[in-house]
Amino acid sequence: MANVMIQVENVSKAYRRDSFEIPVLNNITLNVNEGDFLGLMGPSGSGKTTLLNLIAGIDRPNKGTIHVGGTDIAALNETALAKWRATHVGFIFQFYNLIPVLTAYENVELPLLLTSLSKAERKKHVEFALGVVGLSDRIHHYPKQLSGGQEQRVAIARAVATDPTLLVADEPTGDLDKNSAEEILTLLDRLNKEFKKTIVMVTHDPRAAEKAHTVRHLDKGELT
Amino acid sequence: MKIPLKYTLRNFQSRRLTTGITVIGIAMVVFVFTAVLMLAAGIRKTLVATGSTENVIVARKAANGEISSIIMNDTYNIIMSIPQVAKTADNRPMATGDVVVIINLTKIGTSGGISNVTVRGVSQPAFQLRPHVKVVEGRMFTWGAREVIVGSSIFRRFEGAQVGSTIKFAGDAWTVVGKYEAGGTGFDSEIWGDVTQLQDAFNRPGSFSTVTFRMASSDQLDAINKSFAGDNRLQQFEAKTERRFFEEQSEFMSIFISALGIFITVFFSVGAVIGAMITMYAAVANRTVEIGTLRALGFRRRSVLAAFMTESIIISLVGAAVGLFLASFLQFLKVSTLNFGSFSELEFSFTLTPETITSALIFAVLMGLVGGFLPAVRAARLNIVNALRSA
Amino acid sequence: MRILKLMFKNTLRHKLRTFLTIFGIGVAVMAFGFLRTVVTAWYSGVEASAANRLITRNSVSFIFPLPLAYKDKIAKLPGVETVSYMNWFGGVYIDKSQFFARMAVDPETALEVYPEFIVAPDQLAAFKNERNSCIIGADLAKQYNFKLGDVIPIEGDIYPGKWEFVVRAIYQPRDKMVDGTQMWFHWAYLDERMRQEMPGRAGNVGWYIIRIKDPKDAAQISEEVDKLFQNSRAETKTETEAAFQQGFVAGTGLIISLLNFMAFVIIGIIMLILGNTMIMSARERTKEYAVLKTIGFSGSHLTKLIAGESIIISLLGGGLGIALTYPIVGLFSLVVPKSWFPIFYVEPMTLILAGSSALLVGIVASLFPIQRSLRTSIVDGLRFVG
Repeated sequence: MANVMIQVENVSKAYRRDSFEIPVLNNITLNVNEGDFLGLMGPSGSGKTTLLNLIAGIDRPNKGTIHVGGTDIAALNETALAKWRATHVGFIFQFYNLIPVLTAYENVELPLLLTSLSKAERKKHVEFALGVVGLSDRIHHYPKQLSGGQEQRVAIARAVATDPTLLVADEPTGDLDKNSAEEILTLLDRLNKEFKKTIVMVTHDPRAAEKAHTVRHLDKGELT
Repeated sequence: MKIPLKYTLRNFQSRRLTTGITVIGIAMVVFVFTAVLMLAAGIRKTLVATGSTENVIVARKAANGEISSIIMNDTYNIIMSIPQVAKTADNRPMATGDVVVIINLTKIGTSGGISNVTVRGVSQPAFQLRPHVKVVEGRMFTWGAREVIVGSSIFRRFEGAQVGSTIKFAGDAWTVVGKYEAGGTGFDSEIWGDVTQLQDAFNRPGSFSTVTFRMASSDQLDAINKSFAGDNRLQQFEAKTERRFFEEQSEFMSIFISALGIFITVFFSVGAVIGAMITMYAAVANRTVEIGTLRALGFRRRSVLAAFMTESIIISLVGAAVGLFLASFLQFLKVSTLNFGSFSELEFSFTLTPETITSALIFAVLMGLVGGFLPAVRAARLNIVNALRSA
Repeated sequence: MRILKLMFKNTLRHKLRTFLTIFGIGVAVMAFGFLRTVVTAWYSGVEASAANRLITRNSVSFIFPLPLAYKDKIAKLPGVETVSYMNWFGGVYIDKSQFFARMAVDPETALEVYPEFIVAPDQLAAFKNERNSCIIGADLAKQYNFKLGDVIPIEGDIYPGKWEFVVRAIYQPRDKMVDGTQMWFHWAYLDERMRQEMPGRAGNVGWYIIRIKDPKDAAQISEEVDKLFQNSRAETKTETEAAFQQGFVAGTGLIISLLNFMAFVIIGIIMLILGNTMIMSARERTKEYAVLKTIGFSGSHLTKLIAGESIIISLLGGGLGIALTYPIVGLFSLVVPKSWFPIFYVEPMTLILAGSSALLVGIVASLFPIQRSLRTSIVDGLRFVG
């Protein structure tokens, strides 16, 4: 009997640009179980990234509730939400978003700085994470010394460094060539199957969608 | 082909905040620079206007100012005998031997500090020699009486200097019977009385501080100096035009203020230039793609250089305009300070001269040129392909 | 403090910009330090005043003399230890720009009331014994290369004529707050000549210096001295030495205000430079800050990060500025004759002010970027292209 990990109930979201209100999500209800690998697809402007952002706790809905791992994240204040993100979510971006002045090691270490682990313990986590993504030989390289695929792998290592239960990925292969994309997707698959991570992924790429267990479509702010 | 000015101007709009900050920095430097020059010019102007080129003032050579100069009566008579001294209508020398001393008066107002005020004992011809001195309130003092008239600046700012009050000095009470105006010159900051009365009160019978007379015809200074050099008894003394004498009284102060002020402003300007540099470097860095595009379109390196230099100079000119505009309001301020030359209070205004404005503008443009040069060079030297790729 | 490393690395991101910012702040702080040193030099007379010294001068103004006869009357007052007197001599040495203080003093009491002028006993005796001798400060001796036995010719103005003085003693200023550029000679020598040439002026002193037993009695004794000579031809005004010196400074209040104003403007410029840099840096890192927030860094973390970077830069700039102040002050001292600014050194207070200004600027310059980063939502930040 699978446990429910994410409960999105009657969620609506609109953006304000100057004096205009642009509706993006319309009354979305969605459940994701522990260990699921969910793909979200849809045309540009369909709201899939927005939904992802809401689930990851980096944006708030205008209406409705979102429970992740039992916590009503929309009810948390900014500081509590930040704390929650640090330990419960790992976010993977399309353009990696590594800090350019930090080495691979230091980038992965970043989320661990928010915990109370000692330097030695942090080292273990970092080395483990980089090992999982297969970059143990490049830990002291700077992002500009890495290829796109390698950067994304560092980003993934960063996302799993604190061992969060939920991974959220926004077009993770969008900027990569065919081979690198394949590597990344294999890695995500492994994280899901071997390490039991729940993954919600937004993508355009049909190959990426293949790796997901379930695929939902969004169009004009509604789930189909 | 020149890059149009529109390009430069529109770019300001898109980076308003950092451009604005740079403009303010330059404005501040220009403001301080201008204020210092205005201060020095104000002192000079007041004192230069005090004296006339037609009058000659004689003081002891070694004297550091009127108050430390002494001329005895017999020397006075010798001076009166030289042919270049003009005569009044009734054939007397148009000359005055002045006794100049300093007294302390209390300033009106909150701080109420004590200040040095010049008191000048004059004789009748003094008013012909200095026609810009006119009694405007009350009346002229009576010769032979313990009465004085006060200059408008003293009248306004010191206690007990109003018409009808008495000022106590030299063991006696002197009645203020009138106020005079001297056209905004150094004499406005003085108190005048009868020289014989003051000599008596200060226990200086038969001695003056300086002697002033009208030249019989203009441009006789050389002849006068020859007379002085030729006469043993006059060798300790020297003659200058009244204008030059008072101008020299202001020299030390205005040179000191200018030097100190400019020395420090140069430091400020380094700061402002660095601020401008940082802004310009950022501007270049942010428009790398654009620059590559412009070059790909066919604009030459020197056009790119010119465009960025223009930007930098426009920023500094705007800053200068703001700084000058604000500084011009200082002209409404009347300030006073101890003039080192006379060791007494002198009131003057900040004076804005065309030279000062020009200096400020040149200074600002220099700042813009220096600040914008290196970043502009960097922009001009960008490799087209790399620039386009950096998107 | 773990994010200290990130802070440092952030400053190295744009090495040129960071360097320029630090240098710009450094120059400005140096200008500030120099300005303050000029202002404190102005007040050095006041600072060097002794609490147990009173100055009695003619109440009309200090250019009017007081009779020598007053001395004994003042000495009899209770609480008075020593009474000395001086005349400002003025005059010209070589030309009018060679300025240093020249005074006629009473050799018996002058050094008692000014113990901060230290003289070797044999030199003091030589000075006291010779009528036309003088004692000069060590700094003055250095400036003009005067040695014991040299003759200093002065052309008098207030006291006209040619005068010559033989250097018989050189005094060492007790510490760097004491003026070492003065020249003192016998009052009796001056008086003797006045008796011959301008008898009406003999028997007069410029001002009295009164050393009192207890500084607490200053106000009371001042009043008593002035009461002694009320309603006489030469009324007196007695005040503490500090008040007397302050009177001179007050006259040039405008210039001091100007200098202080400039000091403020400098701080403003520093703030602008640093603020400008911080705003640009923060703008460029808008996306990055959003990523950090995504990872779980809170508003307070970001605040520390931005403030920390700003403060590091401002303190480095401040440190550079303070280090540069000394050479500039030194250069100024070399170029300007010591007798014009006898006391000219960097005071500890100046350093403290410079340092705290730098720190304050670091904090203030980071406020706007901090506010901006806090206000920008994660989603907007990720979207930022700048």
